[in-house]
Amino acid sequence: MAVDPASAASLTRDTEVIAEFVDVHRHYRMGDNIVRALNGVSMQVRRGDYLAIMGRSGSGKSTMLNLLGCLDRPTSGEYRVGGRDISRLDDDALSDVRGREIGFIFQSFNLIPQLTVLENLEVPLFYQGGVGPESRKKAEYLADRVGLGQRLEHKPLELSGGQQQRVAIARALMNDPLFLLADEATGNLDSNTEQEILALFDDLQKDGVTIVIVTHNPAVALRAERTLWLKDGQVERLDDNRSEAGRAAAEAAARSHGGAQ
Amino acid sequence: MIRDTWRIVRLGLKSLMLHKLRSSLTTAGILFGVASVIAMLAVGEGAKREALEQFRSMGVSNIIARSKKPPETQQSSTQSSFSALAYGLLYHEADLVQSALPDAKVVRIREIKRPMMRGEHFQASIVVATEPEFLGVANMSVFEGRWLTDTDEMVLANVCVLGAKLAQSLFPLEEVLGKTVLVGSDDRYEVVGVLRDQGRSAGAAGVTYDECMFVPMSTARRRIGEEIMTSTGGSFSRERVELNEIKVKLPDSDEVPMAANILRDLLLEAHKDQDDVAITVPLELLQKEEESKRMFNIVLAVIASISLLVGGIGIMNVMLATVTERTREIGIRRALGAKKKHIIQQFLVEAGVLSALGGVVGVGIGIALPHLITAWFGQKTITLPQHVLLAFGISAAVGVAFGIYPAWRAANMDPVEALRHE
Ligand SMILES: Nc1ncnc2c1ncn2[C@@H]1O[C@H](COP(=O)(O)OP(=O)(O)O)[C@@H](O)[C@H]1O
Ligand SMILES: [Mg+2]
Repeated sequence: MAVDPASAASLTRDTEVIAEFVDVHRHYRMGDNIVRALNGVSMQVRRGDYLAIMGRSGSGKSTMLNLLGCLDRPTSGEYRVGGRDISRLDDDALSDVRGREIGFIFQSFNLIPQLTVLENLEVPLFYQGGVGPESRKKAEYLADRVGLGQRLEHKPLELSGGQQQRVAIARALMNDPLFLLADEATGNLDSNTEQEILALFDDLQKDGVTIVIVTHNPAVALRAERTLWLKDGQVERLDDNRSEAGRAAAEAAARSHGGAQ
Repeated sequence: MIRDTWRIVRLGLKSLMLHKLRSSLTTAGILFGVASVIAMLAVGEGAKREALEQFRSMGVSNIIARSKKPPETQQSSTQSSFSALAYGLLYHEADLVQSALPDAKVVRIREIKRPMMRGEHFQASIVVATEPEFLGVANMSVFEGRWLTDTDEMVLANVCVLGAKLAQSLFPLEEVLGKTVLVGSDDRYEVVGVLRDQGRSAGAAGVTYDECMFVPMSTARRRIGEEIMTSTGGSFSRERVELNEIKVKLPDSDEVPMAANILRDLLLEAHKDQDDVAITVPLELLQKEEESKRMFNIVLAVIASISLLVGGIGIMNVMLATVTERTREIGIRRALGAKKKHIIQQFLVEAGVLSALGGVVGVGIGIALPHLITAWFGQKTITLPQHVLLAFGISAAVGVAFGIYPAWRAANMDPVEALRHE
């Protein structure tokens, strides 16, 4: 069942809203032209959500990801994280929001090569001033949790792609963020490993972790509870992948969008 | 705080280890800068001390007027083949000086080259005929026996006091006091005292006072006289010199400049025509030396700055390359919550560690190098702790200063762009 974006809230569970776009615009100036990469997007992420953002190439996915991750600020509109509008915060305050509330997972893992796994896991804590004896315990716990086992003293390049992405997921969880924000998280993995990572996401979500993924892969998007389709910088549709009708519609849309990027 | 700093330094080291060769080469730039600064300062300081020591041994509150042979052109006009060449300070001029400077101690000195013998031990040296005040004015002291007295002067006593080295060479094994020394062909002097080894360069006619024999002025005037025969290249020449030197000691070095003027007026004026007197003011030489040392230091500082500047540019270069290569890392760190200040801190620490490593090794080499210079070239060197600190401090500061721009560039990258960087 496709729904009109305005009534999107009716689809979501009745939990706390942790991230919310209110009529968000992001315009880029290209010489004399203005590119409206996001052109009035409103949406909500609630605690426990598993949301996929999809759309054709140029539809505004990356722009939305950057805004959701507080790496960028909207041209207009509000972005609320944990109830607070962060769209006018300065660089330092925004860095704090990133460090505290958002757990980034990237397509190319983005571990720091010269640091050990443990040190990579401690990076987010370090910028919050929280590296200490407890951080090692937490790193050990999370490494275990993401199925990494005893590899804390390894360097990233000694690990397989799947293992590196597990490290990245553990790192994203180190600060107990409001939500995980994954950018094409399985794009660099073979299909077996992709399934393992998606299973891990399912697992985490069951434990109450909120997940937002940006992807062009319909199969990946279908693993989410909801799929938000972007088109020309606007929300085209919002599918509920858990309902029969929603799933069918999503699959159809996925087929028609084919190789969208 | 300390734990965090240590963590940043440790991670900085890890990042530098990513490019061991590049990091070591950059470090070498600073290393040579620091080592050469320390070594140059040590050589400069050693040379300065040596010069100062020499002038100080002449006495900073002293003024020295010396007789010198007039230039050839004037000799021929004044010297007939029969009469002796007469030049230099006159005996009574010391009295004029004394009455012009009543507070000063004025000492007459006459120097005569003579062979000296004791048993089979022979030494050609200089007989210094002088007055009792000499000891204090030349700032020397008695090792054993006694110094020349007014009584010796009055009774024209045939006594002498030996400089430490002369005593050693004439009496290598014997007891010295009470023995006689044969001077020239027929003069004998009884040794009444030996001076303490001064180890200084100041002395008479190119010989240190440690190698001289001291006799009462009155005795020398009577026994040796003022005319000296010398044979040079088969032809004899006679010289008539009353005094070789007048030493003037002022009660305080403050009075030296004015006294120097008075002496110049008094002596140089009288000897203008013959140009046979020179006045040396150790204080002036000292000041000149300090002045030239200042210049020398400025030149050293400039050379040192240039070498450290080159090292600094090397650091800047490497840090800019590092920042570009690690753009992605910067993006990751920013995404994980790093503020601009954290990025600045990280790269400044890396630059600082890079140059401080060079600084530490450079300090080691810089401390060792002067010893080698002393061993190989005999140049006195003095390494002062503040110079070492200065060189190390500058090296660390250079690293940080030249790290600022790359760090600033890193911190001001757009996180989105940085993350997209390949
Ligand atoms: N930094 C930028 N400067 C100018 N235009 C941009 C910039 N980033 C994205 N755009 C434009 O905004 C639109 C949306 O781009 P993007 O968010 O990257 O879409 P997607 O990730 O879905 O491919 C595109 O037309 C793109 O050209
Ligand atoms: Mg994109």
